[in-house]
Amino acid sequence: MIEVQKLSKFYGQRKAIDEISFTVEKGEVLGFLGPNGAGKTTTMKILTCFMPASSGTARVAGFDVFEQPLEVKRRVGYLPETPPVYNDMIVADFLAFKAALHGIKGPDAKKAVGSALENCGLSQVGKRLIGNLSKGYQQRVGIAQAIVHNPQVLILDEPTIGLDPKQIIEIRGLIKSLAGERTVVLSTHILPEVQTTCSRVLIINEGKIVASNTLEAISAQLRKGNVISLLVKNNVTGLMGKLRSVNGVANVTEEPADGGAAARFVVTAANGGEIRDAVSEIAVTSGAGLLEIKRESLSLEEVFLKLTTVEPSGSQAGEPSGGAL
Amino acid sequence: MTLSNTLTIAKKDFKAYFSSPIAYIVMAVFSFIMGYMFFSILNIYVMQSAQFEQFRMGKGPSLTENLIRPIWGNMNVVLLFIIPFITMRLFAEEKKNHTIELLFTAPVRLSEIVFGKFLSALGFVTVLLLLTLPYPLTLSIATKPDWGVIWMCYLGTVLMAGVYVSVGTLCSSLTENQIIAGALTFGAVLFFWIIKWAAYNAGATWGEILGYLSIIDHFEDFSRGVFSTKDFVFYLSAVGMWLFLAYKALESYTWRS
Ligand SMILES: Nc1ncnc2c1ncn2[C@@H]1O[C@H](COP(=O)(O)OP(=O)(O)O)[C@@H](O)[C@H]1O
Ligand SMILES: [Mg+2]
Repeated sequence: MIEVQKLSKFYGQRKAIDEISFTVEKGEVLGFLGPNGAGKTTTMKILTCFMPASSGTARVAGFDVFEQPLEVKRRVGYLPETPPVYNDMIVADFLAFKAALHGIKGPDAKKAVGSALENCGLSQVGKRLIGNLSKGYQQRVGIAQAIVHNPQVLILDEPTIGLDPKQIIEIRGLIKSLAGERTVVLSTHILPEVQTTCSRVLIINEGKIVASNTLEAISAQLRKGNVISLLVKNNVTGLMGKLRSVNGVANVTEEPADGGAAARFVVTAANGGEIRDAVSEIAVTSGAGLLEIKRESLSLEEVFLKLTTVEPSGSQAGEPSGGAL
Repeated sequence: MTLSNTLTIAKKDFKAYFSSPIAYIVMAVFSFIMGYMFFSILNIYVMQSAQFEQFRMGKGPSLTENLIRPIWGNMNVVLLFIIPFITMRLFAEEKKNHTIELLFTAPVRLSEIVFGKFLSALGFVTVLLLLTLPYPLTLSIATKPDWGVIWMCYLGTVLMAGVYVSVGTLCSSLTENQIIAGALTFGAVLFFWIIKWAAYNAGATWGEILGYLSIIDHFEDFSRGVFSTKDFVFYLSAVGMWLFLAYKALESYTWRS
């Protein structure tokens, strides 16, 4: 549904996005994840034909954004970073105006506005002035204008930015309910957002795509070595050394344990090798009393930090930034 | 360019005038000033007529020369001050509020947006002009003014206002600050109003060119009740040129932003 190839954009001398390429399949909900200034908004502005790229191509719903912008615009609903709403307009009138821009008029417009209001939970405020609504409701109006013409593709730029936690949950629910048949791209710099709403993520940093997959796969990809946590009843002498000597183990650290356990060992495998059976065997045969063995799943936050934190210059080459990895 | 899209934009912006207090203030100020001017000029005219009745010397004052033309001459000056307030918001406000992103990502052409906005502002100016209709109507009660002249004056004024509005559209497309847009517009239209001053000092060719660019000179024939095709064409091409520049400015705005 969306095909982007080697897209670059310069603002004067500054390169905001650098030869990025990706595709989005029909019906997918893609999370476009990256810190502030990564180039998310820039990419979205190009996909929605707000502005042209400096080089590269992008096709949306089969049409080139540069060659056939009107065809693309007809099929795309876009919520910019700041909801583009007129404060001095009434909600329903505003949606009717947006529908009219898409050539939807008369009874069709009435129907389109009615269902956009309903789908976005705005039926109660249809007659209110947009300027008098809360920020959460203004955001809903912003989403309503993006779907009023029933587009195939929905592009949402940081749809929950600046909302309070309750509003955030509501807007995420709304986005999920709107996805359905549509192809959705939503950008965010907040991790839990992609966790709760997206089927796939694209991680962008400093104008470059650094990862593109499901969240689980990205986490796994990052787990350079498997990290295993081992809980034992007795911290028998020499256990640490024995664990270290297991073939394929890169590092072992001891951590204080809670409850009845004596110790927790965090064992890191070299090169992501499978070490669980060897490690558990040592724990059993040494008489330490194996209470628990599990794989540490990296929290998404860590993944994210890993992906976007630049090594401070001066740190040793080859040393991964996250010690826990 | 389709008319339907243009009108959708024009309608939205025309309505927007009436949802802000600025429209009503502009209407009130314009009506007040025009009323004051009308009755002052009428007063002078009545005095001149009375003197003429008394002495019967020379030519008597004529309705067209001594009443209608001065009124419209002044109306055009008042519009010069008022139109920047009407056009300043056209694009500057959309940029400031980010609603320009909605317009520019909707399936409408930039030319439709520019022309629609121009029409909305010209439509509002037309409403202002309609507010002055009671004055010639009052005249009709007492005497017989030449309505041919009056309608031509209105037509000429709409055309001239069209040029002001197109300059305003351009200035508003250059900035997101409404005050700057308004000030630029005022400076620009005032300059074209007095551009002839430079013509006196310039050489023959330049003098002629500068004189041709003088907005007010092209109003002469209309104010005498004559439809002048060449002035009509002048006004339309001026509007076309300023709107084209606005189009180009907005095009490059998205290339830069
Ligand atoms: N209009 C602009 N002029 C100059 N630089 C810009 C402009 N807009 C964005 N940038 C720069 O381009 C980079 C990408 O910005 P943006 O796409 O807004 O990132 P994001 O949406 O991911 O926060 C940033 O470094 C930003 O400073
Ligand atoms: Mg952004």
